[in-house]
Amino acid sequence: MPHPSTAQDSHAAPLRLADASDADAAAEEAEAGQARFDELIAEDSRIEPRDWMPADYRKSLARQISQHAHSEIIGMQPEGNWITRAPSLKRKAILMAKVQDEAGHGLYLYSAAETLGTARETFYDQLYTGRAKYSSIFNYPARTWADIGAIGWLVDGAAITNQVPLCRASYGPYGRAMVRVCKEESFHQRQGWEILHTLSHGTAEQHRMAQDAVDRFYGPALQMFGPPDTDSPNSQQSMAWNIKRFTNDELRQRFVDMIVPQAEALGLTLPDPELAWNEERGHYDFGELDWDEFFAVLKGQGPLSSQRLEHYRRARDEGAWVREAAAAYARRQAAAEPIGA
Amino acid sequence: MTSEHSAHAGGWPLWEVFIRTARGLSHVHAGSLHAPDAGMAVRNARDLYTRRNEGTSVWVVPAEAVTASDPDAKGSFFESPQGKSYRHATYYTASEGVKHL
Amino acid sequence: MSFASHDSATRQSQGEAITAEEVAASGAVADEDAARYALILGDDALMLAQRLSAWISRAPELEEDVALGNIALDLLGHARFLLTYAGTAWHRTEDDLAYFRDEEEFRSCRLVEQENGDFGRTIARQLIVSIFQHEVYSRLVHSTDETLAAIADKALKEVAYHQDHAIQWTLRLGLGTEESARRLQAGLDELWASVEELFIDVDPIPRLASVAVAPSTLREPTMARLGEIIEQAGLRVPEVGGSFGADRSGRFSEHRGHILAEMQVLARRHPGATW
Repeated sequence: MPHPSTAQDSHAAPLRLADASDADAAAEEAEAGQARFDELIAEDSRIEPRDWMPADYRKSLARQISQHAHSEIIGMQPEGNWITRAPSLKRKAILMAKVQDEAGHGLYLYSAAETLGTARETFYDQLYTGRAKYSSIFNYPARTWADIGAIGWLVDGAAITNQVPLCRASYGPYGRAMVRVCKEESFHQRQGWEILHTLSHGTAEQHRMAQDAVDRFYGPALQMFGPPDTDSPNSQQSMAWNIKRFTNDELRQRFVDMIVPQAEALGLTLPDPELAWNEERGHYDFGELDWDEFFAVLKGQGPLSSQRLEHYRRARDEGAWVREAAAAYARRQAAAEPIGA
Repeated sequence: MTSEHSAHAGGWPLWEVFIRTARGLSHVHAGSLHAPDAGMAVRNARDLYTRRNEGTSVWVVPAEAVTASDPDAKGSFFESPQGKSYRHATYYTASEGVKHL
Repeated sequence: MSFASHDSATRQSQGEAITAEEVAASGAVADEDAARYALILGDDALMLAQRLSAWISRAPELEEDVALGNIALDLLGHARFLLTYAGTAWHRTEDDLAYFRDEEEFRSCRLVEQENGDFGRTIARQLIVSIFQHEVYSRLVHSTDETLAAIADKALKEVAYHQDHAIQWTLRLGLGTEESARRLQAGLDELWASVEELFIDVDPIPRLASVAVAPSTLREPTMARLGEIIEQAGLRVPEVGGSFGADRSGRFSEHRGHILAEMQVLARRHPGATW
């Protein structure tokens, strides 16, 4: 086939009338496809799975969506770490529902990525072998209960800031997955803020715990938007394709502007001495982030990078016999029963 | 046929999920999931896509059982209805101002 | 939210089922014996929820993370309204009871306290417990204690789903591969000695004729149903007698202390704090 025959939204087999085996015909098809693709992007319409799309667009999307899915999956670990120790039954229920949502979000995103023609197993394999990236912040530990609050408020807050514009991403299945994710996540940030608010107004020790968590998560949360625009080569292309709608720095600024008053309402301080309102710009100025640390963590030198992967691998390994058993049972049932039964 | 999309690549096959959110509405495509068989697929769909009371009924369909139109044939496949505005009520304007018509 | 409002497949609602907050707000006050019975049911649900929640991010497949998460959340919900109701007898909250009782004050059975083990063992435990709980709640809906009856009505529907989940997996593991059958059988064999404790009419149940469901009356239907499914899955009903000390007292459990140490550690480090 001249280009990957892709599944559509429903991952179904396209009804091909003839195989374009002739190279000239293929080139012609690509040219027409590119023109149609450009037209759809220009009118801010959506690309659907079985549309012709440039190979780089497909590749870039598969990378972005699967990284996003991996982040949800690895992101279950730091918070999952506190489910069994949550300090009240209500908090335990909320946290469990949230971590479970993350599994669901990973699933929605893997489904969207699969429509690009790569099976979920392949994405799993990339994560399993350490070749795939995911959000660096999950390589930091959730040491205290206040970290659960900080993760909800800052990490989910940053994620939502990033994700809301992605609901309009040019790739249909990605946008639709993001709509579902954003809708479900609206409670994640609030519950985190509420945890911190309760701690901040609790005992002196609880307040200290809350401040400590914010101190540790503030910088990495701001880095979730990616490197500065000057250092983010893929961003421009991504924006031209209407996948990204705002640059990393624009989103980071939006997030900072949002959390400064929220921190005040919490009675907590953001750990940045340079944070100040800039009347002229109509935005908050903030200090330079530690990008050396960011790139080191990205390369796998995060405090818990190897632990996170090991946890993931163990779950995959220990589940293999279960997956195989269910598949074997299904084969046996299918063989025993006539079609339609 | 879809050679690249390996629905069975070592894992469980892919299923498309349709949810009816309330009586009187159609089942609407909600997304997809993996499951070893239909029985587990419909249960997984319930667990995944109705966590917030979104559904009163769930359908699952093996992804490979869906036959779709060819997107490249869009021009010809969906051309016929174009220009047949007389199929729509708004085409008929003589009755404007007349009630209940 | 406006960006999603056009998408009917994501339309959400909160439903109208009973919650712990509603039990607390209802003003219903449990009498001492009913409260102690509610603890028996509630502690089982709490311990099992605690155990199952540890599966999240460790399940054999993502879909199963979500499924086990749902079951754990349901059970935690049951624990919350049962402990809330029990607490009305002593002016104690669900959290007072969950976090500030000691080992010997809990009334959970040893079966729910067992370690998760592999997925086969967890499914074996789910099968036994969900079938038992289904027998309990399907009768408790007729309790003369209105609050317990209302709680049972909500729990019954959820436990029916837990039972279905466990049966589906029992069949798939039992009839899947040699390895899966072996692991599930091992799970059943290891847990079987703890089953008998489910059917003991511990205090105060004998005094609660029309309020509680006497577990001793559930032995026969529970074992019959279990035997049927185990056989259908091509496995053997273990021939293992019940172990000594089946009194839910905690005097004969090593796991309970570890579960509580983990569950209570933070709350106990900050007594009186709110979260």
